[in-house]
Amino acid sequence: MEPHIQIKNVNAYYKNTQALKNINIQIPRQQITVIMGPSGCGKTTLLRSLNRFLELDEGTQLQGKILIDNQNIYDRSAEVIDIRKRVGLLAQSPYPLPMSIFENIAYGIKIHNIKDSKKDIEKTVQHYLELAGLWEEVRDRLHTPAGELSVGQQQRLCLARGLAIEPEIILGDEPTSALDPISAQHIEKRLIELKHLYTIVIVTHTLRQAKRLADYVIFMYMGEVVEAGRAEDVFLHPKQERTQAYLDGIF
Amino acid sequence: MEKKWHRRNISELIIKILMAISFAIVICSLGMIVWTVLSKGLPALTLDMITKTPKGGYYLGKEGGILNAILGSLLLASGGTILALLFSLPTALFLETYSKNTIWGSQVRLALDVLWGIPSIVYGAFGFIIMLAIGLRASLLGGILTLALLELPIMTRAMDEVIRQTPRDLTRAALALGVTKAELAFQIIVRQTIPGMVTAVLLAFGRGIGDAASVLFTAGYTDRIPNSLLRPAASLPLAVFFQLSVPFPEVQQRAYASALILTFLVLFISIISRLIVWRMNKFTIK
Amino acid sequence: MQGLFGYWPFILGTFWVTAVGVGLSIPICFFTTVYLTEYARQSIRMAVKPLLDILAAIPSVVYGVWGMIAIVPWVEKSLAPFLSSNFGFLPIFTSSNPTGFSIIAGGIVLAVMITPFIIAVSSEVLSNIPQGLREASLSLGSTRWETIRFVLLPRVIPGLIAAIVLGASRAVGETMAVLMVVGNVPQIPKSIFDAAYPLPALIANNYGEMMSIPMYDAALMGAALILLIIILVFNIMSQLILRRFTNGKATPWKRNGIEETFLN
Repeated sequence: MEPHIQIKNVNAYYKNTQALKNINIQIPRQQITVIMGPSGCGKTTLLRSLNRFLELDEGTQLQGKILIDNQNIYDRSAEVIDIRKRVGLLAQSPYPLPMSIFENIAYGIKIHNIKDSKKDIEKTVQHYLELAGLWEEVRDRLHTPAGELSVGQQQRLCLARGLAIEPEIILGDEPTSALDPISAQHIEKRLIELKHLYTIVIVTHTLRQAKRLADYVIFMYMGEVVEAGRAEDVFLHPKQERTQAYLDGIF
Repeated sequence: MEKKWHRRNISELIIKILMAISFAIVICSLGMIVWTVLSKGLPALTLDMITKTPKGGYYLGKEGGILNAILGSLLLASGGTILALLFSLPTALFLETYSKNTIWGSQVRLALDVLWGIPSIVYGAFGFIIMLAIGLRASLLGGILTLALLELPIMTRAMDEVIRQTPRDLTRAALALGVTKAELAFQIIVRQTIPGMVTAVLLAFGRGIGDAASVLFTAGYTDRIPNSLLRPAASLPLAVFFQLSVPFPEVQQRAYASALILTFLVLFISIISRLIVWRMNKFTIK
Repeated sequence: MQGLFGYWPFILGTFWVTAVGVGLSIPICFFTTVYLTEYARQSIRMAVKPLLDILAAIPSVVYGVWGMIAIVPWVEKSLAPFLSSNFGFLPIFTSSNPTGFSIIAGGIVLAVMITPFIIAVSSEVLSNIPQGLREASLSLGSTRWETIRFVLLPRVIPGLIAAIVLGASRAVGETMAVLMVVGNVPQIPKSIFDAAYPLPALIANNYGEMMSIPMYDAALMGAALILLIIILVFNIMSQLILRRFTNGKATPWKRNGIEETFLN
């Protein structure tokens, strides 16, 4: 199967430091790809370049091409809001929008005009809340403010909200590190279930989580990709010394 | 899908245009004001204006200058600022070291913020009443007292904000070394916050020079330079106003020149305070 | 000048000038603030800040001079004829005032005077919204304006209103600049081209008579008192509201103790 995302000759700079060096990798379709590495290695930078979030920070520059289904998302003619609709992001800390639970999910649906009629929107909201594993807990209070949910529930809300815009790719920026273990487990389970429908790319700083989730692994160190490949290959038979060192917990 | 893109991008574009227009209006108004003051004031600005006081017939177009007003304003503002400083520095330090997060502290801050918002005419009226009560006539002293009242909330609150920005680690490290709260206040906090304090003082000083309504009743006006605290004092803003009200064009021209001098003074203070802060920031800890 | 009704034209005068001034400044301040906090680059923001400080530091009399030289003649020669011939059917635009010394002139000058202040306070309020919220909206594929309109604004509207009310209270108390351009005719205004006599102007213009005419000083002090009360009410209410929006503490929703420290 053709890779979903291809990253070609990407170099990224933040002001005067180089955050990403010569990245050339591919992300497979409908699997969970985990980007792992010690802090500061550039994993979040790489992730944020996939939905063009890098340009939100001032002073950043990116050279190279990132192709999604063979279209360069950094091309001049590319429409950013379209790209962000296809590539959703689940952030580290949940930020519910200042609206009701219902409205949070409906927001994306409305701005992209995915569904028009009230009935359709209601059904869609329910569908995605079920997909995120939150429906049972909130079905009676859909119109209460989303901020009243617990953090674990808020993160699932953000997942549902991100799914509602019908992306092809889901990015996760350490999506469970702010959560208690039970909520974290919830989210991990959801992600594993969802990989049949979406291509998922997750950044994590815990090796254990990487081992639990990954089908495909990208190991980064100091802005470079050290090794990338199938999970079994990288975890059990790493080709690079540095990879082995990381797996052994040396850094 | 195509259509909605179009609509969404058009909305975004319209907003961007509105923002550009508003921004342009703001910048242009500043430009207009500076231009007006310069173009009207420069031609009438002579050395005499700065160095002489009004002689007889000045208001009919004859000789003299506004040295009375220049010195008067400087005296009034300096007096008021120094007096205010005497009270605001201790208040600000006290607020920060002893009542940092208490309810009392936040009430005082609220009161100061509200006082800051009270217009100068009210301070002028209030000052006038006090002066009547103690039998003081319109004079340099009266103006100084009123300006001090006016400047107090500004200075105190500005200083308070500066002190609040002190990095917590600094105060903790000092306390860990065993300094008393008073030592902490006077030796460490003051040194760290000097640039901010200087800005606060200059900010208040600039306000004192430029304000008319508060000195209108309380400082009076005169063609002479006050030689005692009990004499009336002229001020630059009032000089501008009174000269403008005279029906002779030559005098009105001088009003523009006076406005230029006033504006220049205020801007000069603003620039100086920025420079001082920039210089002194070398010694502070970030 | 006895009794509250004697003050009425002056109170109305204050009201009209302030309303025009605030009304003119609201859209300008709104769009400029949004531009500065949500769109502009750091370099632009840093360049604009001193400019706004300068605008705020310019003394009232200088604004008055500018008003007399630039605004009053413009109103007289361009604005008034234009509006009254094209929109004269609206009573607010008819004019019997041949000079440019009018409410609209005062309003324009006031608008410029309070703008830097409203922008500063509103920027504070908007900047206090955590960046994560903006990113949450943008990651769903919304445009910046959609994010501002549907996600940011609902959260800060009380704070923005408080900023405007604070600006209004500055406008109410502004003395010199307004006095020099507003005409100082004690009448009940019917049009923005009428002259008016706001309370601070009343106090300032007549202080000289205070000692000589009996009861005059009480009347003027009464005016000052009314002014003070209006301003105190505006100020206290806005400050209380603003405290909730600039401390970063009182957010409309709970966060169960998780801090935002590990974002970024």
